[in-house]
Amino acid sequence: MSFKVYQINPELKDVMPQEIIDLEEKSTLNNPKRGVMDLPFYKELIEEHSLCAGCPEAAALRYIMASLPNPEDTIIVNSTGCTSLVFPHIAMHTVHSLFGNQNAVASGIKRVLEYRYPDRVKDVVVLAGDGATVDIGLDCTLQSFFRQEKITTICFDNEVYANTGGQESGMTPKGHVFKMAPKGKQFEKVPMWQLAIDSGCKYVARLTVSSPKRVESVIKKAVYVARYLGPTYVHLYTPCILEIGLNSDQGLEEMRARDKERFEFFEYITPEAQEVIDRVKAEGLL
Amino acid sequence: MSNLTTSEVKVNKSGQRIVSPDYLLFEAPREKFFMTGSEAVKEAVKRASVDASVSYPITPQSEAAHLIGELWVEGYVGVYFRGESEFGVMSEVAGCAMAGARTITTTSGPGTLRAFENFPMWAGTRIPVQLVLMARGVNSPLSIQPDNLEVGFLLDTGCMIWYAENAQDLFDMILAGFVVAEKPAVHVPVITVVDGFFVSHTREAIMIPPDDIALPPYDPTKAPMPVIDLEVPPGRFLRDPFVMKSNYISYATHASWQFEVRAAIERSRPYAKHYLRGLIEEFGNPEAEIVFVAAGTAASQAKEAVRLLKDEEGIEAKVVKLKTLRPFPYEELRASVKNAKYIFVPEFNVVGWMEREITKWLYGYSNATIIGAPRVAGGMTMPAEVIVKEVLNYVKES
Ligand SMILES: Cc1ncc(C[n+]2csc(CCOP(=O)(O)OP(=O)(O)O)c2C)c(N)n1
Ligand code: SF4
Ligand SMILES: [Mg+2]
Repeated sequence: MSFKVYQINPELKDVMPQEIIDLEEKSTLNNPKRGVMDLPFYKELIEEHSLCAGCPEAAALRYIMASLPNPEDTIIVNSTGCTSLVFPHIAMHTVHSLFGNQNAVASGIKRVLEYRYPDRVKDVVVLAGDGATVDIGLDCTLQSFFRQEKITTICFDNEVYANTGGQESGMTPKGHVFKMAPKGKQFEKVPMWQLAIDSGCKYVARLTVSSPKRVESVIKKAVYVARYLGPTYVHLYTPCILEIGLNSDQGLEEMRARDKERFEFFEYITPEAQEVIDRVKAEGLL
Repeated sequence: MSNLTTSEVKVNKSGQRIVSPDYLLFEAPREKFFMTGSEAVKEAVKRASVDASVSYPITPQSEAAHLIGELWVEGYVGVYFRGESEFGVMSEVAGCAMAGARTITTTSGPGTLRAFENFPMWAGTRIPVQLVLMARGVNSPLSIQPDNLEVGFLLDTGCMIWYAENAQDLFDMILAGFVVAEKPAVHVPVITVVDGFFVSHTREAIMIPPDDIALPPYDPTKAPMPVIDLEVPPGRFLRDPFVMKSNYISYATHASWQFEVRAAIERSRPYAKHYLRGLIEEFGNPEAEIVFVAAGTAASQAKEAVRLLKDEEGIEAKVVKLKTLRPFPYEELRASVKNAKYIFVPEFNVVGWMEREITKWLYGYSNATIIGAPRVAGGMTMPAEVIVKEVLNYVKES
């Protein structure tokens, strides 16, 4: 619907950078059936990125950007961390304000957009690291679930504070040695997906980003259920290859290994969420 | 309502007739009511075409926040809810404002400190949020009593800071606050301060215009930053995230952005002067050599002291009441203390941030002795007699 804002004034076309022209002409904007299979053929919404070479966060962002059903009608609220370095390269409305307040900012945006545009689709998606979502921002994250805010929250769990140089987070598995946990982490990994269920999320998924198609399916379900019903939560394993000592070509291997254990694919769908999913499927959008 | 441009709208979403800010503030007939400061907040918000408000309980601001909730039930406010903490609330109102809403919230003391990281963020994001701050003491020890230490902390957050003396001021300042903060050339947050309890909980006579007229709705398309409502091209689409990089362009960008926020506050002067009828108010003998410089309730008490000094001691004095602290009315202040020999700065906190401000802005411009007294805190009152005694002691000694 808001695709028109991506259309370039013809008189200015000759001075526009090619990547902006490509967004209008060769992207999958304005097509809710878009998905990860388009990636090799169409213009992506991410223009380069500044993460470490081979960082699975970058792959996850590309899959998510390719899967959002209506990126031209979606706002992404981000937080401080490695992911925030990518946001200025993304051709979408994005917000970064503070570290850990992402679900609060998203709540304000969503409620006002519903008030200002009651008949229009305006999706709000939160995308932040594990430190932002589960440690410093846990209060705002859970409270937005309690309040049944119609937003999708995506956590990039790399089990560490990566951007500040590899400190233990609540999502670090027990026993792992990181900075600030020089004797190894003393308590269990926080079961954030379970907290999301207990706090009222209508759709919750836990997975690694080893399978792009699966990421697409989960993201679409999460966005549609949030649009029509209430909060949804997606917990993604995006290992920090730098901090766990892997090479740039080893991220996928690492994720596949975790697919079989602590990040085994897990999905929780309430009956009403299932109804939304079935309806959207019937429309050919899933 | 904010989806329409002002010229196209005749009534706002609540069905109130839209009038110009000048009409609402200066021309509309007013009637006298007897009400508390908290009730004055409600009456101002009711006439301000407010889109959104988020609340959190803390004495003494809770009642004002409850009353905004009543306005939401009555259809005068579009979005209203209780947030999880002041940190969450100030981020929620930021989201509301980014999405194009005229937004107001309220807090006090520990709430202000809990929320603190948000205030420079508001300013840097250039959102014209209004915070009504009902000042109270901060921990420790716990106190719910009036004390304005927190205002000293807020001075350099990049927000405009206005200070209302009483319920009347508060009513007018809330309306003027939106008008000035939303000017495209300004577009920074405004913090409207009153002293907790002394103003929030005290009933006084105030003059207010009818409630079937209201300010023109906020037009977010005039904002200097793109509104986050998906109706304009994505403003944050930058090829290069230069602000996060370690290079000189990044440093210069961050620095110039901060200068620009301060420059925006400076650009508010002519508007604030107009809508507040001046950035200062003078009371007493204009030529007096004894001058009190104060804001809020301290100014009210100083006015009483001026009367007492004249009636009981035959001493001429005057009060310079500061209505704005950011922007700081330094030209007005310098002109108004031309004859001053003694400048007393009465204030409700232990550190004397107001005295520091006055000393700084008068340095090189006045030969008067600046006396940071009387100073009370933690809920203590400041009887006019105490101010008089301070003056007499000083004048006798010298
Ligand atoms: C209030 C505040 N505290 C601390 C920081 C420092 N900080 C910036 S990024 C970051 C780590 C982010 O970790 P996470 O959310 O897991 O994201 P990652 O970098 O691992 O992707 C921290 C601690 C900050 N910016 N603000
Ligand atoms: S530090 Fe880790 S999480 Fe951050 S970009 Fe590098 S590999 Fe990715
Ligand atoms: Mg992390």
